[in-house]
Amino acid sequence: MSFSLTPGMLLQITGPNGSGKTSLLRIICGLTTPESGEIKWHGAEIRSLAEEYSRSIIYIGHRIAVKEELNSLENLRISSGLAGCELSRDQAQQALARVGLSGRENLPARFLSEGQRRRSALARLINCSATLWILDEVLASLDHAAVTLVESLISEHLSKGGMAIVATHQEIHISAGSFHRLELEPPVSRGTASPGSPS
Amino acid sequence: MSASSPVSMFRWIVARDLMLAWRRRADVLSTLFFFVIVASLFPLGIGPETQLLRSIAPGVVWVAALLASMLSLGRVFQSDEQDGTLEQMLLTPQPVYLVVLGKVLAQWLVSEVPLVLIAPLLGVQFGLASETLLVLFISLLIGTPILSLIGSIGAALTLGLRGGGVLIALLILPLYIPVLIFGAGAVDASINGVSPQANLYLLGAFLVVSLVFAPWATSAALRISLE
Repeated sequence: MSFSLTPGMLLQITGPNGSGKTSLLRIICGLTTPESGEIKWHGAEIRSLAEEYSRSIIYIGHRIAVKEELNSLENLRISSGLAGCELSRDQAQQALARVGLSGRENLPARFLSEGQRRRSALARLINCSATLWILDEVLASLDHAAVTLVESLISEHLSKGGMAIVATHQEIHISAGSFHRLELEPPVSRGTASPGSPS
Repeated sequence: MSASSPVSMFRWIVARDLMLAWRRRADVLSTLFFFVIVASLFPLGIGPETQLLRSIAPGVVWVAALLASMLSLGRVFQSDEQDGTLEQMLLTPQPVYLVVLGKVLAQWLVSEVPLVLIAPLLGVQFGLASETLLVLFISLLIGTPILSLIGSIGAALTLGLRGGGVLIALLILPLYIPVLIFGAGAVDASINGVSPQANLYLLGAFLVVSLVFAPWATSAALRISLE
């Protein structure tokens, strides 16, 4: 498998359950080391770039890293702070309003519904300076309005020259940038299905 | 939006962990009570033989501190691993070394500093003299960060394993032995009227070495656990 992304490009990764969508995204993030093959960023191997590469990407995984004990405002400000783009209280509040959580900023995340928690994770994308967005099953348990919101966030990002890789089964409609789809093959029953090796 | 610096990220980590600990006060208090109760059972069980109590005091208080710190160490990375925060921490644009150092510092402040502060009070139960209490306090003050640092390696290695709590004890307790020997040795020396300096200096040396190497080993272990 081999693919490359250019500015303004959205890559949707589809494929049956167990085909390795999450593994592929984790490899692209640098969280998992591929058995073979390499991931390059501006022509350099991502392992050698290390923190410089981390600065260029944002990853929202299956586990969305929202702390149950913290409220949405704290969750957003802390995770942005860790990702290297500190938000002021106002900026964080605006971002939360955009994802439809205004009025619930001070509620601990354990009182939020699954969809609302996902929305609060999505707020990280707003104000974020990363070039490459890597989103895993980001549309799961989101309602129609939230799906539209994600699509418009991605479109804005692409129109500014950003790139996105999204693993999802749902249709994504974007109003800017170019759209590509990568279909992963179903797992091989011999048990030799190896994670992809994009370059 | 301001540019990230290692210092600001370190501050975010420590502040976040302190805030989370405050929201889960019960966890922190249970470690402290465990320490107090274990150390208090000995005087109650042995009876009022001052001489015997005084000679076992350093060992008992130190062993209780080791066990109490084991209790809290299991939690250092666990909840962050479960909700995916740990993945995000490995993806920060700063060295993972700093993330680990920040988390260990927060764990030490929250779980170990209360033990250090209350230890002199426990020493009174064993009939220790006031200068010995001071040595006990200082030895724990230097020794407990080593426990946190070394323990974080075990916590990272056993992350996500079933029965990780027992495994971490088996992995880490042997590594705690030098800290126990020199920590309790310092108090022992003071009881016997010898200067505890040599023991304390050695503890200090251990602290420096573990400060340099432990976070590095922990970040490597975290990367392996999260693959």
